[in-house]
Amino acid sequence: MTDHISSGAASSEAIIQLRGVEKTFAARGANAPVTALHEINLDVPRGAILGVIGRSGAGKSTLIRLVNGLELPSSGSVRVDGVEISALEERALRQERRSIGMIFQHFNLLARRTAFGNVALPLEIAGVSKAEIRRRVLPLLDLVGLSDKVDRYPAELSGGQKQRVGIARALATNPKVLLSDEATSALDPETTEQILALLKQVNADLGVTVLLITHEMSVIKTVADRVAVIDEGRIVEEGATYDVFTGPQHATTRNFVSSITGTQLPEHLAMRLSATPEADKEALVQLVFKGEGAAQPWLSVLTRKLDADLGIVQAKVDHISGRPFGTLVVSLPDVAKLPALLVTSKELGLETEVLGYA
Amino acid sequence: MPEVFSPQILKLLVDSFVQTLYMVGIAGFIGTLIGLPLGVFLATSQRGELFAAPAVNAVLGLIVNAARSTPFIILVVAIIPLTRLITGTSIGTSAAIVPLTIASAPFIARVIEAAIRGVDQGLIEAARSMGASPFQIVQKVLLPEALPAITLALTLTVVSLIGYSAMVGAVGGGGLGDLGIRFGYQRFMPDVMLAVVLVLIVLVQGVQSLGDSLARRFDKRSRH
Repeated sequence: MTDHISSGAASSEAIIQLRGVEKTFAARGANAPVTALHEINLDVPRGAILGVIGRSGAGKSTLIRLVNGLELPSSGSVRVDGVEISALEERALRQERRSIGMIFQHFNLLARRTAFGNVALPLEIAGVSKAEIRRRVLPLLDLVGLSDKVDRYPAELSGGQKQRVGIARALATNPKVLLSDEATSALDPETTEQILALLKQVNADLGVTVLLITHEMSVIKTVADRVAVIDEGRIVEEGATYDVFTGPQHATTRNFVSSITGTQLPEHLAMRLSATPEADKEALVQLVFKGEGAAQPWLSVLTRKLDADLGIVQAKVDHISGRPFGTLVVSLPDVAKLPALLVTSKELGLETEVLGYA
Repeated sequence: MPEVFSPQILKLLVDSFVQTLYMVGIAGFIGTLIGLPLGVFLATSQRGELFAAPAVNAVLGLIVNAARSTPFIILVVAIIPLTRLITGTSIGTSAAIVPLTIASAPFIARVIEAAIRGVDQGLIEAARSMGASPFQIVQKVLLPEALPAITLALTLTVVSLIGYSAMVGAVGGGGLGDLGIRFGYQRFMPDVMLAVVLVLIVLVQGVQSLGDSLARRFDKRSRH
């Protein structure tokens, strides 16, 4: 539900803007120089949640570190809210980082500070008074649901609770932008859901723009308004999450998407599949429904119009950014009706593919 | 046995004990004043680190290694001119503090360096992402997070210094080692020697237990 709020809050103006960014790491000993990022152009709209997805080594860690100047680009421009990050001298960069919060895969909490002490750290660094720190920290711990863990040390907290402390800490200095570096990769699926819900809430309630990197498509699906796919240091595809999910263009994107929506036929069926009609074999048709067509009760419409029996071989239905998207493999015993099925499906706004006969 | 309990010997034992504490205490303190910042610098000044200065790091590392590879007894004799310059004499407890300090500082530097290097790099990155300066990172992250390891490292240092302080007894440095050599060895009073060794064992044990318990108290990593 919050998708609509957050995508509504997202304006077209980019708060993070990368233009022609290259990053090359200098040669080390016998190792040749490594170009981690090529010609990166990326806009993160103000108020949006944008997810960058890529395999390990694709360059996503480097990319997110460019935004708060932990890495500097070899060439190109990195702007956050109009400020050219790479042009800042050290002191100004430190100042700017206070408006860019960051959370980490392994939480990076100080073991010898309590939850309170960890959230207080960025405020101490900023030179905020003790009284003001108290006023800021307690509501933040409340916001992330840890008001009963104020004096607990990280070792006494679960992974999800640690990341909540991390989020509260990242928000302590009222940042405009929150960077999330694989923040849920060390968490179990249930805790991941909770942390992602918290990120959505923070995005919606505080209007903080979120840039996250992940290797899990499920994270993108759950939380991101927009997605950028990075492969071998290049952004190969970028767009609204629903569009990228339902119409992946690049091979890497298709790979990621199939991890969520994938419909590989079961092996026993795939083995029997033939390309031409044979006696006693049914036609197998894959129907992909998305966008406008997905909203109507098309399956019953289809059977009624064709006056044919349809079996369901495989189905996967998902909701992305609050809109349904699915893939259905149906079997049609009456092979003669196949052309009619294809035509009617197209009329209903479904994408069709004849997989074969089995 | 009776000699050990004679008032004179007992007084000597107590005086020597105090001298040992004095030597180890002062040398350890000054050694830490020098060794702690040196150790922090060694741990943070390689290429790409907070205070990156690889050349200075290499030179300091070389000096520290040289000081640490010189046998202590040779160091004591070699720096007699310096000792005389600082304390006005080369004999006695105060004079012994000079070589003890010079031996302990590089030792402390190395153990502190190891303790600081034990801090997770991710914490440095987190602090940088908050806009911390290198000095703030040392003050608010590295030193506090390394405190349990630093405590154990300084405990190790004190125990080593107690051993060294017994050695300076050989050159008239005073303390328990001196007592052991002059009475126990040169005058052949084995019971004095035994008493000295026992006191040293108790002292080392006490220091180690204190250090261990402090380090445990500082360490918040385990659930308790």
